[in-house]
Formats: sequence, structure tokens, C-alpha cells
Amino acid sequence: MRVELRLAGYGGQGLITAAVILAEAAGLYMGREVVQTQSYGPEARGGSSKADVIISDSRINYPKARHLDVLLALTQEACDKYFQNLKEGGTLLIDETYVTVSPTPQAYVIPARKTVREVFGKDTFINTVALGALAELVEELDHQAVKKALSSRVPPKTLDDNLKAFELGVNLGRKAKDAPPLKPADADL
Amino acid sequence: MSGRPQRELLCQGNEAVVEGSLAAGVRFFGGYPITPSTEIAEILSVELPKVGGTFIQMEDEIAGIGSCLGASLSGAKSMTATSGPGFSLMQELIGFGCIAEIPMVIVNVMRYGPSTGLPTSPSQGDVMQARWGTHGDHPIIVLTAASVLEAFHMTVKAFNFSEKYRIPVILLLDEVVGHMREKVLLPADEEVQVVNRVKPEIPPDWYKPYEVTNTGVPPMASFGEGYRYHVTGLVHDEMGFPTQVKSEVTASTDRLFDKITRGFADICITDSYQTDDAELIVVAYGSVARSAREAVDQLREKGHKAGLFQITTLWPFPRTSLENTAKVARMMVVVEMNRGQIYREVWRVSRGRWTVHKVSGTDGEMIAPQMIVDAVKEYGQWR
Repeated sequence: MRVELRLAGYGGQGLITAAVILAEAAGLYMGREVVQTQSYGPEARGGSSKADVIISDSRINYPKARHLDVLLALTQEACDKYFQNLKEGGTLLIDETYVTVSPTPQAYVIPARKTVREVFGKDTFINTVALGALAELVEELDHQAVKKALSSRVPPKTLDDNLKAFELGVNLGRKAKDAPPLKPADADL
Repeated sequence: MSGRPQRELLCQGNEAVVEGSLAAGVRFFGGYPITPSTEIAEILSVELPKVGGTFIQMEDEIAGIGSCLGASLSGAKSMTATSGPGFSLMQELIGFGCIAEIPMVIVNVMRYGPSTGLPTSPSQGDVMQARWGTHGDHPIIVLTAASVLEAFHMTVKAFNFSEKYRIPVILLLDEVVGHMREKVLLPADEEVQVVNRVKPEIPPDWYKPYEVTNTGVPPMASFGEGYRYHVTGLVHDEMGFPTQVKSEVTASTDRLFDKITRGFADICITDSYQTDDAELIVVAYGSVARSAREAVDQLREKGHKAGLFQITTLWPFPRTSLENTAKVARMMVVVEMNRGQIYREVWRVSRGRWTVHKVSGTDGEMIAPQMIVDAVKEYGQWR
């Protein structure tokens, strides 16, 4: 078993935090080997940012993701740039606000930003919503493990909101899974 | 510190440096935060006060290493952490630490340079600077690490070597290892072998701070314990006072080198993978050793007799280990994120016994295994 995930967008969306939570879930609560790396620009926020997680049953040498099983893209630029690294049949998860043109009809589209704005009145929990959707869509991820890792990583006073955001994400993921594939015309959302 | 138990955690390379330093008994950090080493300062600013230690953010890196030298003279195990631009500023006082024989650990998490360069991108461009960055003929110990767990163990080693040999030790990580997270099982504090500096057992009046002893390393008194002595960057005699007497000058410099030369077998840490029958040896260190290991696996799958020589102690260069590993080798390929700094060392050691090629990563990205495999094919005989 080897799963390579990439979470890509811009600095400030909390993608590295989300990747750390996934890595912790897989490593500490699912007993897998795991490596998490990241790359971002020198800007404090706003520059492009990506975080990779590799989950495996065996030793992981090269720590960067190459053949993606899962790509979460929270900007159009990230989606366009890394879609080519997604394996045939891999999982592409995009947000409908940030990514308006899907490179494939097979993408899972969720209204993550719209939802967090409605529910929390701010963008803060978009990474947690994405985590919930990933936990639902990626069969190698165990819901409870991700939830445990989430609970141990976030500041205690935000725990309730984070758990709420996680469940919202799970539901959005489930809806996206049940939705028919995008029609070619719909791929241009 | 009450001993911490064995623990499994998801840990960043920089965090592992902190964990290792605490296990080794660090009690002072003076420095100036800089990407990609910042987490080390950040976490120690929280952890050091808990164990009765001191954290100071100084006005710059020169003052940072200066404060470490002073703290070490007073008996506290000291560390600073930086990256390229800060490492450049520290060079003069690294020399002071060498000649005054002051133990301390300097962590340089390498980023792409020169100057401000690419602050968040990896590089291994400081290998020669770590060796020769401070002026004058001097010995130095430089360690590196390829994984989060190695970052822990090499931090402990760095402290141990610095205490044992009374010398500044540089831990040269790259951004990939510094920021990468892995699942690690950290040993209980009581399982970690910790070396402390030898202190004088004679009365203060008899103490010669730079006496020639049979280990080559003089016992070191801490300031404030009643032993009065002189510390200087000038070449000094056994009492620590400046001298220009030819015999004393030579003896003092020779001893600085001799103490390290005698410790060669102890200091030089390397690892070999699939090298017993290897006709091609890939030489790598730091995060790149991970790519090299995978490249070796790929080459083996295609039936090529390839192996990996992983260098953990960069300086002094582990010449003997390389020679012993390369018994049947015909070709070496040195892979590093610079234009060929360790390549030159391997070439120097080769003396015509094997051909030496290099794979250079100079684009701010970690070298991928495929790049190594492709290069090896290009160098011939391995198609």
C-alpha cells in the first residue's frame, strides 16, 4: 500500500497544517509509515504553497510526492500545475470558488469556501472542511484516525468548530461522491 | 530534567534537533531566527526555561554565537541555529571557538544561496564553507543527517563530540530534512549516551587550561568555579596567555589537529548500502541520500551492481571508510545539491582508482531518484 497525496493552494489556507494532520493520522493512529514535506515561497502569506503526504506500508525513501493518488487543489493555478502529476484514475478534489475550470469531468467538486463563510462567517476552517472531504473520499484514510489527529493538533478553544467543520467536509465529500460526473461542458464550472 | 520516556511521534527534522539537544543536555541557546531553521529557536524558547536553561534572541547571528561561546565557558552546553546568511556572519567566532577550544553546536539548515538566495528552498551549498569558512588552518567536525531520526541522533553526537574534543561542531542539515516530518520513535533520555566535558581534578592553583594531556584534550574548568584562566583568540601557551615562541606556536596548532586526528575512527560516521559487490557507488549525504538509495534500488532491479555510500560525517572527510567500501568499484557518482563540493573530495581520494562523476542539483528542488538513474546511464556502461 502506498498513497501519495498533495494539498496545494496558496499560503494561509492552512494546507500544511492539514497535511500534518493527515500524516499524524496515518502514522500514529493507523500505524503506517509516513513522510510529510512542503514547499512554499518566501512570502508570509499569499504565495503558492503545497504540502505532500506519502503513506506506505514500507520504508519511504524519496520524500516528495511524484505520482499523485490524491490532489486537493484550492487555487486554479495549483490545479493546472499539478493535475499532470495525478495518476490515471486518481482523486482530484477541488473547491468550486477557487477552481472554476476542472481539467477532468472526474473531479470531485465541493463548495468548501462557500460553506465556511456561511457557517463560520470566515475562511478559517476551509482546511478542516477539506480534511473531512478527503477522509470521506480517500478510502485509505480512516475517519476516526483523522479526527483524533485533528483533535490533538488544533488549539483547544477551536476544537468544537474544527470538529463541526470536519463533519461538514465529510458530508460535502459524500455529496460529491454521489454526484454524477461533470459533463464536459460542466467541467468549465 | 526528569527523564523523558521513549515516545512515538510525528516530528519535523528541526523539532528532532531540539529533542536531541535536550537529550544531550543543552542549557543555552543564543541566536537569531532564520528560515529554514526558525523552528529550532522557536521551540527551544519554550522548552529551555522548563529545564532551567536560558534562551536569548540576540541582535544578530554574530552576537548569537558569541553568547554561546560565553555560556559554554561558564559550563552550559550551548547551541545556536541558523541558515546561510547567518552562518556567514558566524564564521569569525567559529574560529575563536576552535582556537580557544570551546565546545558548542552550530546548526546550519542550508537554504539556496548565496546571499538571501531562495530562503525556503533546499541546497547543500555550505559544505565547503562549513569546512573552511573561518580563516586560518583549523580542524572542524561537521555532521549531517538524512532523516528526522538521524537529525535527533546526530544532534546528540554533535554535543558529545564538542564536549569530548572541545571543539565547535557544525550540524549541517538541508531544508528538506529540517522541514520534513516523519514518524519517529525517540529513545528515553536514559537510553541516550551523553558525553560531558572533562573537568580539572586538581586545585585551581595548579590548573593549566591548555595543558598537553595524553588525550590531546585539556580538562576544562567552568567560569565561576574558582579556576581563573585566560581565554583568547591569540595563539596561546599552556596557561592561555599569548605567545609567539615558535615551538609553542607549532605545538598549540598541532595539538588542535592531533586531538581530532586521533578521534578519526570515533568521529567518522558513514553508512553503506548494497556496496559489497558494487561496481558503481553512488555517494550522497543529507536528504539526497534518500533519493540515492532509491536510485540504487532501481539500478539493482535492472541488474546493475550499484551501491550507496552515505556520508554522515562530512568533515573530517571519511577517506578511509570510502576506500574500504570501494574495493571493487570502478565508478563513483557523487550526488549533491550544489555544483560539486564533496565531488572534489571523492575525486581527490580516488587517485585514479575509480572514475568520478557528479550529479548536481542547482534548481532549488530536491534531486529526484530518476535524475540519478538517468545520469548514471549517461555516464556509460550501465545501459
